[in-house]
Amino acid sequence: MKALSRVYLFLIFLFLYAPIAVLIVFSFNASTTMSRSVWSGFSFRWYSILFQDQMLLDALRNTMLIAATAAIVSTVLGTAAAIGIFGMKKWTKRVVMNVTNLPMVNPDIVTGVSLMLLFTFAARILGGSLGMFSLVLAHITFCLPYVILSILPKLGQMNPNLFEAAQDLGCNPLSAFFRVVLPEIFPGIVTGMIMAFTLSIDDFVISYFTSGTTQTLPIFIYSMTRKRVSPEINALSTLLFGTIIVLLLLINLRNSKDKKPSRAPQMEV
Amino acid sequence: MKAKSASFPYLVWMAVFIIVPTALVVIFAFTDRSGKFTLMNLEEVGQYSNVFLRSIWLGAIATAVCLILGYPLAYLIAKTRARQQNVLILLVMLPMWMNFLLRTYAWMTLLEDSGLINRALEGLGLPAMHMINTQGAVVLGMVYNYIPYMILPLYSILTKIDGSVIEAAEDLGANARTVFFRVTMPMSMPGIISGVTMVFVPAVSTFIISKMLGGGGNLLVGDLIDMQFLGSAYNPNLGSAISLVLMVLILICMGIMNQFDENGAMEGGVMV
Repeated sequence: MKALSRVYLFLIFLFLYAPIAVLIVFSFNASTTMSRSVWSGFSFRWYSILFQDQMLLDALRNTMLIAATAAIVSTVLGTAAAIGIFGMKKWTKRVVMNVTNLPMVNPDIVTGVSLMLLFTFAARILGGSLGMFSLVLAHITFCLPYVILSILPKLGQMNPNLFEAAQDLGCNPLSAFFRVVLPEIFPGIVTGMIMAFTLSIDDFVISYFTSGTTQTLPIFIYSMTRKRVSPEINALSTLLFGTIIVLLLLINLRNSKDKKPSRAPQMEV
Repeated sequence: MKAKSASFPYLVWMAVFIIVPTALVVIFAFTDRSGKFTLMNLEEVGQYSNVFLRSIWLGAIATAVCLILGYPLAYLIAKTRARQQNVLILLVMLPMWMNFLLRTYAWMTLLEDSGLINRALEGLGLPAMHMINTQGAVVLGMVYNYIPYMILPLYSILTKIDGSVIEAAEDLGANARTVFFRVTMPMSMPGIISGVTMVFVPAVSTFIISKMLGGGGNLLVGDLIDMQFLGSAYNPNLGSAISLVLMVLILICMGIMNQFDENGAMEGGVMV
């Protein structure tokens, strides 16, 4: 039984990692010929081609800009929203939460299409066209529910008397918020922000419909997959995968140093 | 805390970027190009019922495969030691951090007619198989991309099951099989439900996987919508109608699933 379960684990992980291994191996392929799967020697050639690709560098810059803006704005807006929603009456809360959940339950393609309709409509009236600005707005929109949902439980865990106690001890409501409430819900805020940032970097479907001619990294990758053969993709995948592993190692190292049980929220991302 | 006004900016945002766009989809679905009311778009959606059926069918197969493969895995991981559990779960999640376009592209390399799998078969002296641009390839792509969404909720519910409940069942004479079907499985129902929804919804509405692995012949609902908005068949009114139908179908599915969940939770409660 034990051996059987080991074999099963091995097979599933083989299934999960074999394609990634193939991408990584073939990123060092010297081949310039037509096939993606003929090995013809080791080379870094696709990496150097990749770094000279101005379109890729632009796409990378756009992705980072959008992700940073979307993460910051959705965190600020979402924190305020969570606090407001937490204080609402049961019925209003339910309505607001149902609408908030909509971008999460809706298929991405429907969210993307609906935002595209809004942006083309607005562009027709106000002028301008779809691009960075519409992308940022779309990303903030689909990040907001995740931020709100990661902060709300923290508010629920908080002792409701703390806020009043701070005020009794002479804080005005604003400083009571910054000195008492904010530190209490801070882990939720950080989790929400990390989630928003990663979701934004990774998003393809909604960006695809709201980007106009602007390219983000996933859109650039998509246009590369449409070409018959493009080994640069392998090089790009390897670099991205390497970055992820380094980041995860750093997070784990930091966590084991802190020895706090704060690993859980990050694991859930 | 009297801070209801704090949510005001968000409420405005929600109205502009969630409610208005959804309303626009509905309006577009019920109007023609000149903006007059019509039911023509929705009637036209009826012509594509085969595409809807194919999407639901392939999505359902992919979900079933994910459940069948994912449940034992989640179960095995939940049984290992705590330290090992963290590593294994990290390994399940790691591929998810890679963009799904890249993961799907990797399968193109493997499945092609002159791809690695066929080369390996050739090397072994076996006949080549045609795998890319088939429905099987699309299902494979869905399973590969979405199986972590099945494993994670299953794992988190399985680790929460109280070991003493299982021991109690054993003490009362249940064999391993009975314990699994009468105790473990009913108690993990909420995990099954959320796993199934988290796989089924993106699988039904995907358009990239079918485009990359299914060729042009295996059109799904997502491809249809894409074509109406950014493709050759530009017709946002029809596209909105298809989106609306898709949205309603998914909401109905989720309603049914939630029903199951409530029943499951109740049964679980009675049993404990």
